[in-house]
Amino acid sequence: MLSRLPLSVKKRLDTVFHLFFFSMGLVTIVVTFLIVLALVLDAVKFFLHEEAGGFPKSLIRFFTETQWTPTFYDKQIGILPLINGTFMIAFISGLISIPMGLLIAAYLSEFASFKTREFIKPWLDFMEAVPTVVYGYFALLVVTPVLQRFLSLFGIEMEGMNALSPGIVLGFMILPFTASMVEDAFKGVPAYLREASYALGANKVTTFFRVVLPAAKSGVLAAYLLGISRALGETMVVAVAAGMYPNLTLNPLEPIQTITGYIVQVALGDLPFNSFEYLSIFAAGIFLFIVTLFFNLLAVYFKSKVKGY
Amino acid sequence: MNNIKLDLRKVSVFYGKNQAVKEISFPVYENKVIAIIGPSGCGKTTLLRVLNRMHDLYPDITYTGEAILSPEGINLIDKKVDPLKVRMRIGMVFQKPNPFPKSIFENVAYGLRIRGINNKTELKDRVEEALKASWLWDEVKDRLQDNAYSLSGGQQQRLCIARAIAVEPEVLLFDEPTSALDPISTAKIEELIVELKKKTTILIVTHNMQQAARISDYTAFMYLGELIEFGPTEKIFTKPDQKLTEDYITGRFG
Amino acid sequence: MGEKGFSALGLILSLISILFLFSVTLALLIQGWSRIIDPSFYTSFPSRFPEEAGILSAWVGTVYVMLGAIFWSVLIGVPAGIYLEEYADRESKIARIIEANISNLAAVPSIVYGLLALGIFVHRFKLGESILTAGLTLGLLMVPVIVVATRESIRRIPRSIREAAYALGATKWETLFHHIIPYSLGGILTGVIISISRAIGETAPLITIGALTFIAFLPPEPWEDFIGMLKSPFTVLPIQMFNWVSRPQAAFHTNAAAAGFVLLVLAFLFNALAFYIRYKLRKRYVW
Repeated sequence: MLSRLPLSVKKRLDTVFHLFFFSMGLVTIVVTFLIVLALVLDAVKFFLHEEAGGFPKSLIRFFTETQWTPTFYDKQIGILPLINGTFMIAFISGLISIPMGLLIAAYLSEFASFKTREFIKPWLDFMEAVPTVVYGYFALLVVTPVLQRFLSLFGIEMEGMNALSPGIVLGFMILPFTASMVEDAFKGVPAYLREASYALGANKVTTFFRVVLPAAKSGVLAAYLLGISRALGETMVVAVAAGMYPNLTLNPLEPIQTITGYIVQVALGDLPFNSFEYLSIFAAGIFLFIVTLFFNLLAVYFKSKVKGY
Repeated sequence: MNNIKLDLRKVSVFYGKNQAVKEISFPVYENKVIAIIGPSGCGKTTLLRVLNRMHDLYPDITYTGEAILSPEGINLIDKKVDPLKVRMRIGMVFQKPNPFPKSIFENVAYGLRIRGINNKTELKDRVEEALKASWLWDEVKDRLQDNAYSLSGGQQQRLCIARAIAVEPEVLLFDEPTSALDPISTAKIEELIVELKKKTTILIVTHNMQQAARISDYTAFMYLGELIEFGPTEKIFTKPDQKLTEDYITGRFG
Repeated sequence: MGEKGFSALGLILSLISILFLFSVTLALLIQGWSRIIDPSFYTSFPSRFPEEAGILSAWVGTVYVMLGAIFWSVLIGVPAGIYLEEYADRESKIARIIEANISNLAAVPSIVYGLLALGIFVHRFKLGESILTAGLTLGLLMVPVIVVATRESIRRIPRSIREAAYALGATKWETLFHHIIPYSLGGILTGVIISISRAIGETAPLITIGALTFIAFLPPEPWEDFIGMLKSPFTVLPIQMFNWVSRPQAAFHTNAAAAGFVLLVLAFLFNALAFYIRYKLRKRYVW
């Protein structure tokens, strides 16, 4: 055993181990650095590329053109349709998940018995463990047909690929954030605040909306931001069920393509290194990275404002 | 004539800018039990933990002064002295029993192992010796491989004592060792401490004055970080020099 | 709104979510039934004929890639967690940067890891579209979870145990290897298992590195040709499922459902295992 070594050698071992553990900590920084490098290097090449019109024209086109067709002969590079698809799906998922999650979280933290909560919460968290491609399958082959049949009752037609179906499925998928994490925020509000309200004669519902929710608002907001960030970055559900063509539309019943869907589509094809198509996925990717980073940092900010009672 | 094993000279401890221990000086006589008493927050545990360099584990705590260990006369709390070397010679028993989640045998053997002792027979003998010396042997001799947490609180504390004495420390520090125990276990450990002083030197912090009166040879009374009085226990408890000491002893404040 | 009504609404919605989960499982089970119960599904390669197509190359690929992923994530994640809990001065700039950075990595979309893999590992580090790259990429994806699990397990160890070790004269590495790591191993293991359950289903990070979906061969066995295995092209279960669900023929959807069911069962089993270990741990250690 190394313990048999003399004290001076043992102490030098302390330094060796310290260095090793520290360097692994540094490795995590290197990873971020490499991610940024990967994105920046090839995104820059994209914007400098002649097919994009060279810098700064390419950047202007990126934000102003209304079509995204880097793989076609006529190369349009407006990211708007992809942004549209990405945000539309995230919006639909939020529309479903936020109210639903709020009510579930309120129920679990204010009304449910200990046993009920212990039973339900792990299932909510398990939703995060389900492979997203499975959710994609479900969206395409179960939810879409059901919706189609339902909408046809009203004479509305919906295509096989659309934004509504993945949006709904994503809404359930982000419940670990909008329900479970929000519930954690509610649980963090101390009992004495609730008791003060009850003592004044308020019932649980009023207390929840007027005392608990406002007290937990930073944590709740952080949870929502992380959930939306997750929805924005989601890949497989949309790759399977949303569509393969960028489409600037506000109609959720039409096929659309998200940033992530585009990256998958191109990656599945032949990708010669440094070709314009290859570079385009990095341009799309860096945009996605920046947007989700923004949401994540905002979430961190709000998390820091959570009052430690 | 009593030999001084550990001589405290003007020991001060600072938590940041706040001085918790103010220039304490008193001798710790060899093979005697020295008790440190005083009301909560007077700094007695802080003082104790300087002596085996526990404070080195935490930032923002600084200390000055000298704690001279005989026979070499080295200053234990000198920054240049390796804390490891100090802890190899000064042992500690903590307030709440804190055995390792290992077997009873391994708990006692651990200190020996890190001193490089690996010989199975030697370990067995020394573990047995330590458990006998802490009056635990008969109760555990048939279940040395059991997890230490299967023991009662009082037994766990005796296990911690066995662990500490297995490595034959020159000074053994006790930090309120019975405050978390029932009266019967407390009594047993008090007797044990008196027996242990034959082999080592004991410094014990206690918030229980009667305990100090029962088992110690000398007592130091601290108040708000200062040493108010130090002397033979009998004198401190019957005819103290300082009024403050008298007030504390008679329970006028606590 | 009355308490009863509100509470009932919350309960109903909770049950609806659980029902959703069960619908997904049921859909896979029902639609994939004919292939799920067919043993040849698990021992056949993909094929142009859906009834003959199987997940052999996919699950073998998953196994190899996951082994690599576990290796990298534990190699980097556990020491990084130990560093932050045991060595770093909480106030120091570098510790705070490392900490913040790890939280951030946890929230980066997995497709971005795929771009990292493609841009850097495949083309610039020249590691190729291989099992090595896949294992490394998934491993990096798993690191934040491992770091958090490591830190939380270590944090649960009471100070008094540490102090007992130091008081006996133990050095920092002795305290670490004889006490801290053994006592936190259970919690770390739980974290590893949970991140495995998530990584098995990850598609996005690997789809960019040419995880081909018509692999009709197995990579060389690691004990026969370890380097060959690392360099080999590959496929994994979720990608195979993705390929099948993207085909227009309904018969392939059956295969997709079967593959999906396998994935779901795996995810569930690993989660249950982690749950079990956590439960057992609570009884072992007093804290």
